Amino acid sequence: MRRDKSAIAAVLPFAWLAVLFLIPFVLVFKLSLSDVALSIPPYEPQFKPADLPAFFGALDFETYRRLTSDSIYVSAYLSSLKFAGVATALLALIGYPLAYGISRCSKNTREMLILAVILPFFTSFLIRVYAWIAILKPAGILNAALEAVGIPPLSILHTDTAVYIGLVYAYLPFMVLPLYAALEKQNATLLEAAADLGATPFTAFWRVTFPMSLPGLAAGALLCFIPIVGEFVIPDLLGGSGTLMIGKTIWTEFFSNRDWPAASAAATVLLFTLIVPIVLYQRQQAKVLAA
Amino acid sequence: MTRGPSAFNRISIGLGLAFLYAPIVLLVVYSFNSSRAVNVWAGFSTRWYETLFANDQLMAALWMTLRVGALSASIATVLGVLAAIALVRGGFFRGRAVFSGMVYAPLVMPEVITGLSLLLLFVAIGLARGFWTVVLAHATFTLSFVTVAVRARLMTFDRSLEEAAQDLGSPPWRAFFEVTLPNIAPAVAGGWALAFILSLDDLVIASFTSGPGSTTLPMRIYSAVRLGVSPEINAISTLLIGSVAMAIVIYGVVRARKTA
Repeated sequence: MRRDKSAIAAVLPFAWLAVLFLIPFVLVFKLSLSDVALSIPPYEPQFKPADLPAFFGALDFETYRRLTSDSIYVSAYLSSLKFAGVATALLALIGYPLAYGISRCSKNTREMLILAVILPFFTSFLIRVYAWIAILKPAGILNAALEAVGIPPLSILHTDTAVYIGLVYAYLPFMVLPLYAALEKQNATLLEAAADLGATPFTAFWRVTFPMSLPGLAAGALLCFIPIVGEFVIPDLLGGSGTLMIGKTIWTEFFSNRDWPAASAAATVLLFTLIVPIVLYQRQQAKVLAA
Repeated sequence: MTRGPSAFNRISIGLGLAFLYAPIVLLVVYSFNSSRAVNVWAGFSTRWYETLFANDQLMAALWMTLRVGALSASIATVLGVLAAIALVRGGFFRGRAVFSGMVYAPLVMPEVITGLSLLLLFVAIGLARGFWTVVLAHATFTLSFVTVAVRARLMTFDRSLEEAAQDLGSPPWRAFFEVTLPNIAPAVAGGWALAFILSLDDLVIASFTSGPGSTTLPMRIYSAVRLGVSPEINAISTLLIGSVAMAIVIYGVVRARKTA
């Protein structure tokens, strides 16, 4: 085989991502260390090398001190992690039987069904979340249906329950797809061998199928957990005033309070929280490439 | 022996799909409701579609969104394909770890972080926020999806075809354009479509990076939704869902015909 020069293809995307992905993070980090007074909009710092010493001299951890002393931020972080953790567990519980069921179908049915699972992902996220408002609101479709069968109405919209429903609904394809990929390529002869050796179907599932699907489960869990921690649209539209999530906090700091350093500091902390799961996810992607 | 789906499997599939589709179906159905109320069916009507097309603000936002989507998806496709080539075929070049990190991180990065960080960049370099900043932002976060879509196809592509072309005297770039590219074209087209749809759909990153006069459709929908459910929003949602579904069906038919 000839010497490969394909790595040259990396130059353009590398430069693009360095400028539009890497440098912006540095800026977020830097602004998070500035005082509010330095950076109240219209905040227009142009880069001047001569100003840098003065700029760095003015950096401090004031914003972080505010962040840690204000219990609202701390609770927002903890509650985001709780939401993401519980929602990911729910997604696994709901997504696994679905992915497993699909993987047991014949080849043609299987492909059609998995397409049906992916399809909603292509319709607007915002619209799918919005659809739940009409269902869950007090004078909504759910309560109309409940009333028809004589069950007293529920008030779900603007509660944490509504946020969980929205999260599970919006992220279900992200859980099902990697799980299905792992389950689908399993060799049926393994289960036959287990059956021949006297295993009940349940034992065969638990000892053979399930352990082999764990990489898919891990991929699905990461693919859901990481973005959910920073989720904004779902808690904003379906949650109540008491629903605390860090994505919503960053949005409010930025758009309502115009406190850019606080938004940057909150984003920096969020990023650091997510570094471990993101690195795990990257490892998985690298494995896919090596496989 | 392959066991078919059991009753339990069938129920899981049925419930799962019902959960995924019921809200969308209800939304579409109620866009044809003649009453403004969401829980009362007052008869079939297309009046919300009529008010929709008369809404200039919404139409302007739709046009803006389509332009941003087409342009950003095209940029993302070029960059994403290049990135996929480097990752699949480049071997272990210098900076590969950093590069693959930058390519895959946007797939899971919370949008608030991406949006805020890009905004700070645009402010720092003094770029006025508007159409172009949204295009740059969208091209950046969608290029990863193009890479993933193209990567799988490149990995299974038989390189000996390209090598044969080169052995016959074709320069590498020509071998790429005449042999490899036609082969991976379906994946490239799929990657473009994915990037386009993601751009069409994005609220958070566009909110951070757009300026006055570059309001996108999701931003308009969002501000309307905050005021409550309205049949007009149901109507535009139905149109969006309908056009995406149609695009996917067309794509499916074209692909089926090619493989048949």
